[in-house]
Amino acid sequence: MARFVLEFEKPFLELVRKIEEMKKLQEKNNLDLSSEISLLEKKLTELQKKTYSGLTRWQRVRVARHPDRPYTLDYVRMIVTDFIEIHGDRNYADDKAIVTGFGTIGGHKFVLIGQQKGRDTKENIKRNFGMPHPEGYRKALRAMKLGERFGLPVVSFIDTPGAFPGVGAEERGQAEAIARNLFEMARLGTPIIIVIIGEGASGGALGIGIGDVVLMFENAWYTVISPEGCAAILWRDKAKAPEAAEALKLSARDLLELGMIDRIIPEPPGGAHWNPEKMAETLKKEIIKEIERFKGYEPEKLIERRLQRYRDMGVYREVKNARPKTS
Amino acid sequence: MPWYDNIRIGGLNKNAKKKDIPDGLWLKCPGCGEIVYRKELEKNLFVCSKCGHHLKITSWDYISILCDDGSFQELDTGILPEDPLGFCDSKPYPVRLRNAQEKSGLNEAVVCGIGEIDKFPVSLAVMDFRFIGGSMGSVVGEKVTRSIERAIERRISLVIVSASGGARMQEGILSLMQMAKTACALTKLKEAGLPYISVLTNPTTAGVMASYASLGDIVIAEPKALLGFAGPRVIQQTIGEELPEGFQSSEFFLEHGFVDIIVPRNKLKKTISTLLGYLYSG
Ligand SMILES: [Zn+2]
Repeated sequence: MARFVLEFEKPFLELVRKIEEMKKLQEKNNLDLSSEISLLEKKLTELQKKTYSGLTRWQRVRVARHPDRPYTLDYVRMIVTDFIEIHGDRNYADDKAIVTGFGTIGGHKFVLIGQQKGRDTKENIKRNFGMPHPEGYRKALRAMKLGERFGLPVVSFIDTPGAFPGVGAEERGQAEAIARNLFEMARLGTPIIIVIIGEGASGGALGIGIGDVVLMFENAWYTVISPEGCAAILWRDKAKAPEAAEALKLSARDLLELGMIDRIIPEPPGGAHWNPEKMAETLKKEIIKEIERFKGYEPEKLIERRLQRYRDMGVYREVKNARPKTS
Repeated sequence: MPWYDNIRIGGLNKNAKKKDIPDGLWLKCPGCGEIVYRKELEKNLFVCSKCGHHLKITSWDYISILCDDGSFQELDTGILPEDPLGFCDSKPYPVRLRNAQEKSGLNEAVVCGIGEIDKFPVSLAVMDFRFIGGSMGSVVGEKVTRSIERAIERRISLVIVSASGGARMQEGILSLMQMAKTACALTKLKEAGLPYISVLTNPTTAGVMASYASLGDIVIAEPKALLGFAGPRVIQQTIGEELPEGFQSSEFFLEHGFVDIIVPRNKLKKTISTLLGYLYSG
């Protein structure tokens, strides 16, 4: 099934192979092996559940990066109807690392923004490996503003290894583009539903990540820097990324415990790529639930709630006037 | 935050710990390599008189450059860092914090308060690169946010002087969220109709550049500061070729439209007060 196999997936594939053999045997010899097959399938699910409950943070990062993992447009294809993609930031270009458009889900019309990776080398070059340029963030803002004007909620899918570090990106104001989005999303007068579906690296993720509710897939990761980037700086060795991933506490469970996300969206046994349809169905239910929850909110009330949500983020302690100075 | 250089010079601030000030009467300018007389450098606000290089100075140096004598009152001094992730790389985060506190004489990477700039009342927040590369964790985010809120409460202008390698890795996602928190607070300042002047000093990059530092109504940069989203080393590794001359300097960002004015240190105070004369109506 999977063309790319993670170390801890190998035992699953062994069982998959057995199941397939048995199915072939059944067909060929006209036997009824259904009870044996369902037993093996059950065994596979159990094994996947057991393995995945014990994954390290670094292993989850690898699941989030699995080349078979569904991307933004896969979910669009599976659960969004009447999707119309819109293109371009009206200033410079159309950044294909971010997809924007109008869609319908469970009868609700909405604006979609989401980072998009490529499935193969050719598509990855087109999508820049899901690493947006400033024009991508500006296109996303344009789409969000349309949502605000025409009363459509915004759903944002986060899946990026980071905003692109390049000469053109700096020339066109990568930092300004991200900062502007934070500023504008803070006061966007329509609901914003954030879902971290894969990788959430740093400001590149947050640039389309301010919202009224933040949901996170079970095997997604989200933090201030990529594990490799952190390892290169603090350990002076990229190979220490697994250690950095542990230290950064970047898993969905960590973020829930830290109060940084609202809910974890469970993935099917083996992760989203083992059953994309099931993953998509779960996602669809969650999105519909959130769209319906925020539907009645007045924009002013929504904005006030959003500002308060971010106001409270941070961990520090406060003592009375330590060492005041004047000059 | 991998691009610090080794130049950390303080001196204008009488309270600064002795060890921040390099020994000796003579210093080598990191800009031109010339040997310069320390006293002269100090008189010149740590700007090399030979090449105009702006040496890194401390938060308190900026406060004394910008504020009218005796007008600055430090506030929120009791907000102290925690270790929410139990972070440990080569040393535990609490040890790193303690070292930074001892080295800098500061509690955290930003000093906040109220003061006057040529009689204009301002809420002022000044970052300090000596404290873990001026990185932004929960404390910096909270203090900057309170500075913004203080400007709104008192109906005064906001000035933030940035010097930072970005969000602080040791607080993980919490650091990232300080970008969101400060940006949210700035929207309230805009609603209140009050001006915000952002001053970028060497270096201002990554998470700080991608949040409040870029959101000033007016963005001022010191000459030849390193600015940008990604670090030059990361970009060089990504594109696999040499970076163009002057890439990611203040001048580069002025040229590309992301900085309003480049102002040398000795004109900083006057420029800000002149701007406030246009933007602030009391
Ligand atoms: Zn010089």
